[in-house]
Parts: sequence; C-alpha cells; structure tokens
Amino acid sequence: MSILVIAEHDNTALRASTLNTVSAARKLGGEVHVLVAGGGCAAVAQAAAQIDGVAKVKLADAAQYADELAENIAALIVASVAGYTHIVAPATTFGKNVMPRVAALLDVAQISEIVAIESPDTFVRPIYAGNAMATVRSADPVKVMTVRTTAFDAAATSGSAVVEPVAPGPDLGLSRLIGRELTKSARPELAAAKIIVSGGRGLGNNENFHKLLEPLADKLGAAIGASRAAVDAGYCPNDYQVGQTGKIVAPQLYIAIGISGAIQHLAGMKDSKVIVAINKDPEAPIFQFADYGLVGDLFRLVPELTAEVG
Amino acid sequence: MKVLVPVKRVVDYNVKVRVKSDNSGVDVANVKMSMNPFDEIAVEEAVRLKEAGKATEVVAVSCGVAACQETLRTALALGADRAILVETDVELQPLAVAKLIKALADKEAPQLIVCGKQAIDDDANQTAQMLAGLLGWAQAMFASKVTPADGKAQVTREIDGGLESIEVKLPAVISADLRLNEPRYATLPNIMKAKKKPLVTVKPADLGVDVTPRLTTLKVTEPAKRQAGMKVADVKDLVAKLKTEAKVI
Repeated sequence: MSILVIAEHDNTALRASTLNTVSAARKLGGEVHVLVAGGGCAAVAQAAAQIDGVAKVKLADAAQYADELAENIAALIVASVAGYTHIVAPATTFGKNVMPRVAALLDVAQISEIVAIESPDTFVRPIYAGNAMATVRSADPVKVMTVRTTAFDAAATSGSAVVEPVAPGPDLGLSRLIGRELTKSARPELAAAKIIVSGGRGLGNNENFHKLLEPLADKLGAAIGASRAAVDAGYCPNDYQVGQTGKIVAPQLYIAIGISGAIQHLAGMKDSKVIVAINKDPEAPIFQFADYGLVGDLFRLVPELTAEVG
Repeated sequence: MKVLVPVKRVVDYNVKVRVKSDNSGVDVANVKMSMNPFDEIAVEEAVRLKEAGKATEVVAVSCGVAACQETLRTALALGADRAILVETDVELQPLAVAKLIKALADKEAPQLIVCGKQAIDDDANQTAQMLAGLLGWAQAMFASKVTPADGKAQVTREIDGGLESIEVKLPAVISADLRLNEPRYATLPNIMKAKKKPLVTVKPADLGVDVTPRLTTLKVTEPAKRQAGMKVADVKDLVAKLKTEAKVI
C-alpha cells in the first residue's frame, strides 16, 4: 500500500492543511509520499520533506502549476497515480476543486471530507450538514479522497525525506488566473486558530461587526469568523464564513456573538472544544450547543468582556 | 449559447433529518423535498444569462426517481425552457450523475453547464468537477460572479483566503456558490406556464451509462451529541469559568 498526499501551498510555504492530511495518510498504514505541484516551489518541497512520516517528496515545478489551476494539476496527479492505492488531499477549496476531477479521470468514486479512517477502504464522513455520519466502503482500486483537517492532528516536522523531481505535463490552456484578492490580516488563520471570535446578524451592521469583534479578538489573539447571515449582509468578506458551506473549524475556544445557531452554522463549529454564546434571545438554538451561555445585550457585554480578559 | 443546469431533489433545507434506528440511513419518508438550494442559484444564473441576451436556451436536467419531475417543474417555473429527466430508482452517486450529464451534454452541446457547488444531503461537492473532467472542459468552481464573453468566461471564485478571478475557455462547467445571486421566487403564472413546457424522460441505459454505486454505505449513525452547558450570570463569571474551569484563556 502506498499513499500520495497532494500538498497545498502558495509556492513559498506549505499550508498547515498539508500537515493534517499527512497525519490522516499515515493512519492508512502504507508508505506516504507527498506531491508538490507549483511554480518556483522548491522551498515548499524542502518543507514537505521535513514532515514526519513522509518517505518521499515528488516535485513538479513548472509555470503551469503555479496558480493551482484544477485542469493542469488534476492531469498531473492522474499521470502520477501508478503504484498508489490512495490519493489524499485536504478538504479545503484547493482539494475540493481538484480531487473530484482526478477521481472522474480515473473512473473512481471520490470520498469527500473524511473525519475517520476505519480501515484502508472504509471511512467515516459527515452528511446532511453533520447531522448524520456515514461509514462508507470503497471498492475502487484507487481511493481518491479529501480529509477534514480539523479531524486529524498536524504532523510534526522533524523528518528528512528525499525530494525527487517529476517531469511536468503539458499546459492544457483551459483556464488562467487573472488575480486574487486575499484577505490580509495580522490575526491567525481561521482554520488553524486556537481561539475564534465569531459574529452574526445580531451585530447589526458592518461597523459594529468590526468595532466590537476586533478589540476582543486582538486581546485574545483570536481569529475572526462569521455566520452566513453576517457574510450575506456584507458585514465581512466571504472567507470569514464558518459553516456547512464555509470553513469547518474546531478551535479550543469559539465565542459566538449575536449568532442564533442555524444548523448550517453549527455544522462548521460544533467540534470546538469550548463554545461560548452571547445572545439576547435565551431561546436561541446556539445555547443548546454552548458550554457557557451569556444572555443579554451584546453591545454592552462584548466591550465588558474585552475589558475583563485584558 | 445553450446553458445546461443540473438540479437535484433533496430533503428541504429546513428539515432536520433523523437517522434511522437500524442505522441503514436517514429517514426521508414523508419529509418535504425541494430543489437543492445551490441548484436554485445555478438555475437563477442561467435564467439571468438568458434575460441578458447572453444565453439562448436554458435546459434543466435532473437524475433520479420519477418524483424529480417536480424539481424540474420548479426549474421550468423559474425560467428554464425545457427539461430532461434521467429516470432511475438506483441510488445515484456523484460519478454516475456526472457520467449521465456528460452523455446528455454530448447530445445537447451546451457552451456552459452551471451546477450548484454542493448538494445539502450528501455534502459531496463533486459532480461539477467530475463532469468537467469527463468532458475535458475547463472548470470554474465556487463561483460568486460569472461574466461570459467571446468564447470565454471570467469567473470570480470564493476560495479559503478570499476571492480569485479566473478566465476559462468555453465550453466550461461552473459551480455556483451562495453569493452568485439571490434566486427569485416562482410566481403563480410561471408555475402554470411551467406545466406546459416540454419535459422528456430518458433512462440511464438509453445513454449507455452504468450507474452502479462505487461506494457502499455500511452504516449511518448519529453524530456525537454535545451536552448543553450552563448559563453564566455575567461577564466576570464567564471569564472566571474560562480561566479556571475550561482553562482556555
């Protein structure tokens, strides 16, 4: 058995999601290789070679892989598949974009967002926004799957694997990157944060969202998240969204402020270690999931909390 | 430009599903079924492209049991011109659906296929990407803005770090994210008109597609329950508990 992990990176640094994915791959029990596909990404391959449990890093360094375009990367993975029993990537927007295409080209099923591995062909994954957990078995010769990163610990980085170049495939020329508008923030990344301060429609408007949440987040060293309602209302950018169709998070502490607790939001944060809810409505569903609930006016309570944690 | 829109019949998003006591699946008997919300956004986008004079025809497609006709009628009421049902009682997994739609796309030759990014029942988020792969077309997933022009489409995509703009060659497959548009409601006159729009039914065998499932569901269980905690009296109490009891700050 042999497993190929698809590394997620930005051509200069490995994303943390790759470390969680390697942990999942190691649980399958075979030799783990990592494919780094990018442009000018030799440093990333060196970083991947240091992940514990990785036996070999394959580096495809070419301009057609620099922009994470699914068509070119999927074709490369398909061309690299010989000898592997499992192809694994993080269930991030990168992995979700590429892996189903890989599976279709290989004529195999794809298994989305696994949270547990029961055996090399049997996996557990959430369905219906996490309201049910399905245990599925794949009969395909190659298992192509994505991993929910919060369900697996990050692998340590004290290893030293060999880096082996692979010949790049052609540029299919089907798509090209025009540009990215990435949210710049000095705060931790949402998916990797230990503490998340998250706001919902109860905050009322864009100004309040930032005025109330940012000082608290800064004091706690927390990332800022949001409910779908807050994103839809334009309080914050789309990449703040926590939920079934946004980001899945599981921090040590999740503080939900002015969030009622819709099913699709709970799906994204209910695995947090400790959940605090602040809401004026004592009947809000979020309180059924919160370890600590504080009922009251968030416009008074949040500044008070910010002062108190200092 | 012809636009194809695949739509799925799913348990309505307001229904909280229950896991069956024998762990064989979730109970979908006698629950309200609706069009997958992301597919509604896809239909809306296709109809808007037609209203803007960029698309000439919108064809809605659904794969599944006979009752998927209702979902297709909804798509027709929202503005699709005609509909195709690939009817089967076999449990369809994303790869099978992608193969069925590919077979239809080979016949219909659309320039654009607009899918919802994810169905809210199996949460797979696969069919659009698989379809693009099978067709050998460009893909633009998780779209929040689509502008087709001159044999290409510029698409803004929602990605983990923010937004990304790409240009894809047509024909292409696009998947709709939440913020692509706000779908309209079907009006009563349009619901009546939809009843007269053409809807044809074909079988997977007519398309030469083997839809046998590749994944076997061994069991479906309830997720681990979270115990409801306590209400705290005030901010001081909360901070004290977070420090001494939960030890997270």
